Amino acid sequence: MTHPYIPNAEPAVRAEMLAAIGVESVEDFYADIPAALRLNRPLDLPAPITSEHELVRHMGALLGRNTDTTEALSFLGGGCYPHHVPAVCDEVNSRGEFLTAYAGEPYEDHGRFQAIFEYVSMMAELLEMDVVNVPTYDGFQASGTALRMAARYTGRRTVLVTAAIGADKLSKLHDFLAPDIEITMIPVTETGEAAAFTVDDTVAAVYLEYPNAYGVVETRMAEIAELAHARGALLVVSADPIALGVLAPPATLGADIVCGDIQSLGMHQSYGGGHAGYIATRDEPRLVAEFPSRLFGIAPTAVPGEYGFGDVFYDRTSFALREEGKEWVGTAASLWGITAGVYLALMGPEGMRELGETVLARTRYAMDELGAVPGVRVLHPEGVHFREFAVEVGDADALLTALRAHDIFAGVRLDAGTLLVCVTERHSKDDIDTLVRAVREVRG
Amino acid sequence: MSATVESFAKLPIEAKPPLRRFHQARWDEPIIFELSSPGRRGIGVPEAGVPAVELPAAVRRQAPPALPEMSQLHVLRHYVRLSQETLGVDVNIAVGQGTCTMKYSPKVNDRFVSDTRIAELHPAQPEDSVQGVLEIYWRMERMLAEISGLHRVSLQPNSGSAAIYTNIAMIRAYHASRGEGEQRDQVITTMFSHPSNAACAKLAGYEVITLMPDAEGHPDIEALRAAVGPRTAALMITNPEDTGIYNPRIAEFVELVHGVGGLACYDQANANGILGITRAAEAGFDLCHFNLHKTFSTPHMCGGPAAGASGVAEKLVPFLPGPTVEFDGERYFLDADRPQSIGKVRPYLGVTQNVVRAYAWIMALGAEGLRQVAETAVLNNNYLQHKILQIRGASAPWGRRRLEQVRYSWEELYEETGVHSEDIGVRAADFGVHYWTSHHPYLVPEPFTLEPTESYSKEDLDEYAAILAHVAEEARTDPEFVKGAPYNSTVHKIDPTCLDDPEQWAPTWRAYVRKHLS
Repeated sequence: MTHPYIPNAEPAVRAEMLAAIGVESVEDFYADIPAALRLNRPLDLPAPITSEHELVRHMGALLGRNTDTTEALSFLGGGCYPHHVPAVCDEVNSRGEFLTAYAGEPYEDHGRFQAIFEYVSMMAELLEMDVVNVPTYDGFQASGTALRMAARYTGRRTVLVTAAIGADKLSKLHDFLAPDIEITMIPVTETGEAAAFTVDDTVAAVYLEYPNAYGVVETRMAEIAELAHARGALLVVSADPIALGVLAPPATLGADIVCGDIQSLGMHQSYGGGHAGYIATRDEPRLVAEFPSRLFGIAPTAVPGEYGFGDVFYDRTSFALREEGKEWVGTAASLWGITAGVYLALMGPEGMRELGETVLARTRYAMDELGAVPGVRVLHPEGVHFREFAVEVGDADALLTALRAHDIFAGVRLDAGTLLVCVTERHSKDDIDTLVRAVREVRG
Repeated sequence: MSATVESFAKLPIEAKPPLRRFHQARWDEPIIFELSSPGRRGIGVPEAGVPAVELPAAVRRQAPPALPEMSQLHVLRHYVRLSQETLGVDVNIAVGQGTCTMKYSPKVNDRFVSDTRIAELHPAQPEDSVQGVLEIYWRMERMLAEISGLHRVSLQPNSGSAAIYTNIAMIRAYHASRGEGEQRDQVITTMFSHPSNAACAKLAGYEVITLMPDAEGHPDIEALRAAVGPRTAALMITNPEDTGIYNPRIAEFVELVHGVGGLACYDQANANGILGITRAAEAGFDLCHFNLHKTFSTPHMCGGPAAGASGVAEKLVPFLPGPTVEFDGERYFLDADRPQSIGKVRPYLGVTQNVVRAYAWIMALGAEGLRQVAETAVLNNNYLQHKILQIRGASAPWGRRRLEQVRYSWEELYEETGVHSEDIGVRAADFGVHYWTSHHPYLVPEPFTLEPTESYSKEDLDEYAAILAHVAEEARTDPEFVKGAPYNSTVHKIDPTCLDDPEQWAPTWRAYVRKHLS
């Protein structure tokens, strides 16, 4: 059988093409590869499954060994969140035109440019900032790049980073900011917020998360912005945009660069495959110059009344300037940007507010109920929480294992005694009560 | 059919013009904010059902965000129209985007990732609940290790460029572990290696040395001899390069770098022409990377999410990003206890959907199929080259020996007509195909880069070549017409000057409203 994915593997076509070119065999094309470098045996790979039906069965057997979060009751968050994904989001991002398009040019892919421009524009409204990038890989990368942007902008080499940050993200920052940028941690108080700290003239940026890794909302951000600005440092804030229907946008509290992950806005958890990062600034040319990512803008065309699109300020990217560009740019996460745009358009201002209110209320309810279980202590009971909270439970592994037997994934393990519990609009009051009952039971 | 209807057309039906009478969808879609009407909603949200929480004034949003307010059908219709104004592989002969390996992404593989048993998996689930997905990661790693000949492979990087950065980070950690981190402060790359090699090395703190091509179109080995020394950390090189030319002395390049204690890192973003034919290991490389969205078929998704794979020889295994996926003969598990690891390069394990798709693609092909992919990609490229070089005004610098792609030149045509390569590409869009020039700087004058992969038929290649031949002929007879293109696109010729002017540029709708509508 000629393989269904390889039309010109058909022998007669192949022969016809070789004859047209005037060579004997395909081997002639490989004349430049020396014999010593040739692999003189077939690759040692599993036997192919060339019928689609058998491939579906093979994959079905593998997938059957997973238990997903529609089967178990999951309170896992920690950077990857189980929000409801509207059907229209899936419909749009599985359209073949979008799914299989390259990062193309403004004419043949006008629709792609417009969809991404609309995504950044809706993010800009949510953030109240004028410049938002075409998505980078994920929130980790967005934070790393935002901090590097601040360092380039200020010409300084130290960043103060909240200790209320996930361990994995901090690991990424250490690798990405090496070798030239030094990270100093800002401790966290008993409320779960950043402790008092000082800023000196070497500091490029103060970095906060909103909500932070404990689900706590920093309430002193405006004060911290003043502290940073007084010494010429920038305030960089990683914010989950899903909270901004109810939380004040960081820019209105003084943030200079806002960044984060958009997985919450219409992407499935997909075992960590739904991430994409955003970075936003005000429209200040010197700050815009520090973006490594592409920026799309409206441009006029030869026909009055027609919107065209193109790259804003391209000559700062590595595509244009190789190593003289800012960091690097390449294929990142555009389709998730388009999807997040669909999400925001579906939700509108009211939907974002309602969702935020539901999540705030259910988070507080879960904190109160779980905190009332003997042997469970909410870590920052006084803090304002959105979607997540940390609880001390004694032996975290024992509790997780016991609840696993109830088909409950109770939370992300922060350390031997602490869990991070996540509650979204997908968790009904009954779901939360089920968790609380199960904890009481296994603790009883 | 009523007998009273008179015939107005004749059989047999005459052939249409030789080229497709394409016209891109033109819906004149407003910007989404212009579709908004107060009070409309696209989706409902669960009510809290528990007491509300009052936020402190300091963090309470004051004004609602000015997001569009639309009904569900109207959101859907807007985006479906925008999708129609986009040319994916599913609708065009995507051979014009050289270096990017645009190929068919099998539809069945998309089903696996929309299955809840992938889509609704949280990455921090207990290991016993994710044995299937861990097995896919593990098997995929073993297959890529075999395809590269290297020891282990990390599937964590988000893309090819992220894999390049991951490789650089491992190189840096390796030299630091040997006390040579300070001394080895240079990375060598070549002009026809992807720009991310140079850009990532610079970002990681290295001085970048770029080798230019010699008279044969190969990176200059004498320049490499002059460049290597005790300061060399690594060579970052693509082969075949973006010209499609395979460097036959690649093993010597690697030896020269090894001779001074440097590492050799192979950019195999696009390995499509050499699968099963030659590997990183045979040429002596210490590291390599693949792009799953190029060689291994995962869709490009308008520019990601993608997925990269970083392969390493045994001595670099301790530096791999963690956690790694391990198998003890009975169960799959994560190993995060890796003290020399460079750490995380992204959240959790990787872009799982693309790992799953690429795994299914390799499983559908096997060893023989992968070799057939490579041979057919190379055959297709040489066939297309044969057709393109028959077009007057097109040339391929450095002769015809090419593997999977060719960087061509319209220099002759430009000199004759004043029509630039970019203009040709815009006009080609009028016939429903993509076309790309090259990365900067344009070392090849008036460049264009075609890469036909294994997915396209002979008829597709004939059609693509016929389109370019037609446009070249138009350039000769009416250059101004070509320069005025497009005519059959969604929009007309764009004036880009505002995009570089801070007073005028509008990277978001709110900036546009502020600068141009107020």
